[in-house]
This record gives sequence, C-alpha cells and structure tokens, in this order.
Amino acid sequence: MSTKSDDMDERVKHLIIGNSTAAVGAVEGLRRVDREAPVTLLAREPHHTYSRPLISYLLAGEIDDARMHYRPADFYEANRVYARLGVEVERVDAESRVAITTAGMEIPFEKLLIATGGKPFVPPMEGADAVGVFTFTSWDDAKRMAAHIEEADAKRAVVIGGGLIGIKSAEALHARGLEVTMVELADRVLPLALDETASRLAAAAIAEAGVELVCGTTVDRIVAPEGRVEGVALKTGREIACDLVVVAIGVVPETGIVDGSAVETARGIIIDQRCETSVRGIYAAGDVAQGTDALTGESRPIPIFPNAYRQGSVAGANMAGGEATVNSSFAMNSVEVFGLPTISVGLATAEGEGHEVLTRIGEKARTYRRIVLRGSRVVGALSVGDIDRMGIFTGLIRHGIDVSSARELLLSDEFGLVSLPADYRKHVVRGEGIEV
Amino acid sequence: MKRIYAREDYCLGCRLCEINCFVKHSRSKKIVKAFREERDTIAPAVRVEEEGCVSFALQCRHCDDAPCIEACIAGAMRRDPATGAVVCDEERCVGCWSCVMVCRAGAVLRGKARRVASKCDLCADEGAPVCVEGCPNEALVYEER
Repeated sequence: MSTKSDDMDERVKHLIIGNSTAAVGAVEGLRRVDREAPVTLLAREPHHTYSRPLISYLLAGEIDDARMHYRPADFYEANRVYARLGVEVERVDAESRVAITTAGMEIPFEKLLIATGGKPFVPPMEGADAVGVFTFTSWDDAKRMAAHIEEADAKRAVVIGGGLIGIKSAEALHARGLEVTMVELADRVLPLALDETASRLAAAAIAEAGVELVCGTTVDRIVAPEGRVEGVALKTGREIACDLVVVAIGVVPETGIVDGSAVETARGIIIDQRCETSVRGIYAAGDVAQGTDALTGESRPIPIFPNAYRQGSVAGANMAGGEATVNSSFAMNSVEVFGLPTISVGLATAEGEGHEVLTRIGEKARTYRRIVLRGSRVVGALSVGDIDRMGIFTGLIRHGIDVSSARELLLSDEFGLVSLPADYRKHVVRGEGIEV
Repeated sequence: MKRIYAREDYCLGCRLCEINCFVKHSRSKKIVKAFREERDTIAPAVRVEEEGCVSFALQCRHCDDAPCIEACIAGAMRRDPATGAVVCDEERCVGCWSCVMVCRAGAVLRGKARRVASKCDLCADEGAPVCVEGCPNEALVYEER
C-alpha cells in the first residue's frame, strides 16, 4: 500500500480502528451483509483479537494465554480482514476522510468505524508514576502485573476502586496469594450495579475471602520515595504498606483521535441508533461511543461487553449497506464477587420517581432479589446468590413487556415464561430474531 | 433450522422429558444409577413450566440472534455451522454467567458439577432429542418451522 494517496481508488472501503469486542462485532455484522468488500483493521495493540474481560482470569491463573483468544486463529483470514496490528492511529481527518497513524502514514477510507474503546482514568496523584502502580484493562497490563509480582516478590496489594475492575483485579491478586486491601470512595462496593442490601452481601463475601475492604475514603498519595511503591496513604491519614497498587477508578471513552474533527463528542463519540456519528459514513461502537440509554432516554456511554458487540455488529451491517439499529441499550452486569454471583440489569438500583420496588431476601443465606417496575413494565432487576433465569427479566426489560398479569409472581420461585403474556411467550419460544 | 417446539395443549406436565434429558446426559445412562449417583452433578436442560392448566417444556431456543453468543466473553458460546445449534464449549467457558444474564428464555443454567454454562445441545449425537422421542403425548416436536 502506498503511504500517501488522495486517489479515490486507493481508499480503503471499510476501515475499522480497534480490535476488541466492538470491532469483532463489526467484522461479523459486516460480513453477514457483504462477504466481499475489503476491510482493513488497525489496532494499537500487537495482539490477535482477545477478550478483555478475561485478563482477570489470566492473572488469577485460571486460564492460559491460548484461551485469551476468543475467536479462532484464522478469524481475520476467514473474514477476509486485512489486520494491521501494532499500528496506532493518531487522528482522523473527517473532512478528507483520512486516518493518520502515529508513524505519519495516511490511510484514506470510504467508511470508518471507530472502536477504540476506553482508557483507564488515573487522577493526578502523588506517586502515580511509581514502579508497581498499574491499571488493569489490557492483556499487557496483566502481563506487566504478573511480572512485577514475580520480580518484586509482591506480598501486599492495594486496589483503588470497588467497581467491576477493582473487584476482578482484587480477586486475581488474592488468587495469586497476595494480601489485598480494596479502597472505595463510595460507601459501598459496586455502587452502580448493586443497591445497599446487595452490596452488603457482596462485602460479606469479600470479607470472608480475607480481603480487606475500606469504604468512604480514597488514596491521597502513593508512597514511593525511591520511585517504587512502598505503600499508600489514605485521606483518613491511615497508611497501608504494599508493593503493588491497582488504579481501578473507572474507564473513560478513548476519543482522542477525533479531537478537533467534525465528529461530535460529549463524554464519548455521539452515535445514533444506527451507530453512525455526526459525520455520515463514520461510525462508532463500544466503550468509545455514547448512545441513548433506552431506560432513561439519556445519552451516555454504556461500557459493557454485550453492548459493545451489539453496537459493533449494527455498525458493521450498516457500513456494508444493511439497515440495522440498536433498539435497546441499557446497563447490565454479571459479576461474581469472590464466589458470590450477582446479576444487575437495567435500573436495578432505582427508587422513587415513579419506580415501584419489589424485594425478597432469600431463605438461603445470601440470596436477594430486587425488581424495579415503572407502571406495568420491569425496568430493573437485581439478583444475588440465586441468579438462575435472570435473563427472563433482561428480556422483559429489553422488550418493554407489560407484566401486570404476572405481577404477583415476579419474586416467586414459580416465576417463569409461563407467567407471562402468551404472545410474548410464543415469541421467545419461536427463537427467531426478536427485535420488537 | 430444526428446533424443538412444545405443544402446550398436549403437555400433561409429566416431566418425562426432564428425566430423559437427565439420563441421556448422565455418565451411566441408566435411570436408577443416574438418579442415585449423579443427581447432584447434572441438571436437565429442559424444564417443564406449569401454571394452572397450562404447562409446556422449555429448553434453549437456539435463537437466530442468540444474545448468549453476543455476550459470551470467552468465545465459548457459538453456533455450530453444520446444525445451526447454539453450543457451549465447556473447555473455553469461564463461568462468568453473562449468558444466564441475557437468555430471555432462562434456558442457560449454571453447571452443577463444573463452573461452566450448561444448556440443551439438541442431543447432537442422536437422531432426535430424547425429550421429543420420549414424550408420551407428542407434546414436543422436532421440526423446521
């Protein structure tokens, strides 16, 4: 390929920037519509596509490197994708439709998908650049952390953040034999996914595993007088000695490549239901994108795996000339907290403002369910311990099903598809693509 | 593709389908032995739902737009290109339960013996699923619709 070209004929028909869930969804969605059109994929990381959520399983030693690849080794060849791995895009010129790499190469495109994902947020903090301080979102993060544990013979770790990444990294470090303290600024763990009751059950599971949880404060500074982590100082004044720190405060959309371009951004790149940005022919999907939350009507990033895949797949289909829409995006998380399974879907923690909340503490220890209704429709569901069949609620939320007739049964053990309106039940049973 | 369909009007709620599924997926394949020794390690992938006079058997729908495949973080849940069936590769599954979270039929279960997703495999190694074959009232059919 020439390095510079304004020639239309040399434009890449479909360019994908990114190589994770949304990009994989895009390749698969695009190929369902068009088997032939040339596709070029650029990825900053050198790895064949891998599954980001698996890094905690890798660090914990539950899986090996081979299992990180969640698509077959011939994924690019089989889908006729020209994958250029280890090539980082610096910026996109939306007007002339050119992607410019950090090495200065210009790649003109006809259609573009931006699937650059998110980047870990690290607040300005003394000692944040010390040896032994990590974020935890990439395969290389897991490798570097594992190498540091070996090299420094690390015994104690502090995890800053009690969200999903914080819990998963704490679990992995704990599995490797480190003594772990988690520090969460909010008054409880997983504050976005779990309500107080559920969070209390999660905290009990964390305590039982022997991991310390400190809520309601955060790390003021990382103690590293020699440039290597020796501990952290909390805002409360307490100091904790440690040889490894994970900063797991959050992830923000990686929108840098469209800075100053015509592509409209807010927190993420703004997309419509077709996953197209404000510039025709330029699409965005996954953690970098900001679509509409179907349950609140609010425009916001929903950085979760299934959402990334769905948006990617919709974007890919539309790039290829298809007509696909993301009909219903909302938050959902399945998180096992030190062996305690939890599933949280939609507005699982909502209360007041027209929401009706049904709860049940199970007879078995540590089981809890919470269903949130708005009028006759389920808008949120949360379960701890007994998570079986929670997907039924996800379906009800996605399709906005009227559950008036099943209201009394929503929390019952007997609840199932049989309790639901016959037409919805038949819809599900047919197993044909449901896009209501 | 061929799927298993329940005929609500014919289902007696006898749960023989559950028993046949359980025995078929047991090691011994013998009903008494399986019941005695493997009850805690295997759950049937089909379940009879019942309310009042309505009952029907429900198992994985092998959906065209399978949300479980989209949500699988491990690449374990995939479509068998030959049969169209949605199958779980137990060697890849890490037990994150994303499939449990998104299955609108509630038909993906947590394995009892291993930390892997467990679901209907359409009895891929048989001519027809045993739940269909063994249904005494032909309330289950295996057909293209």
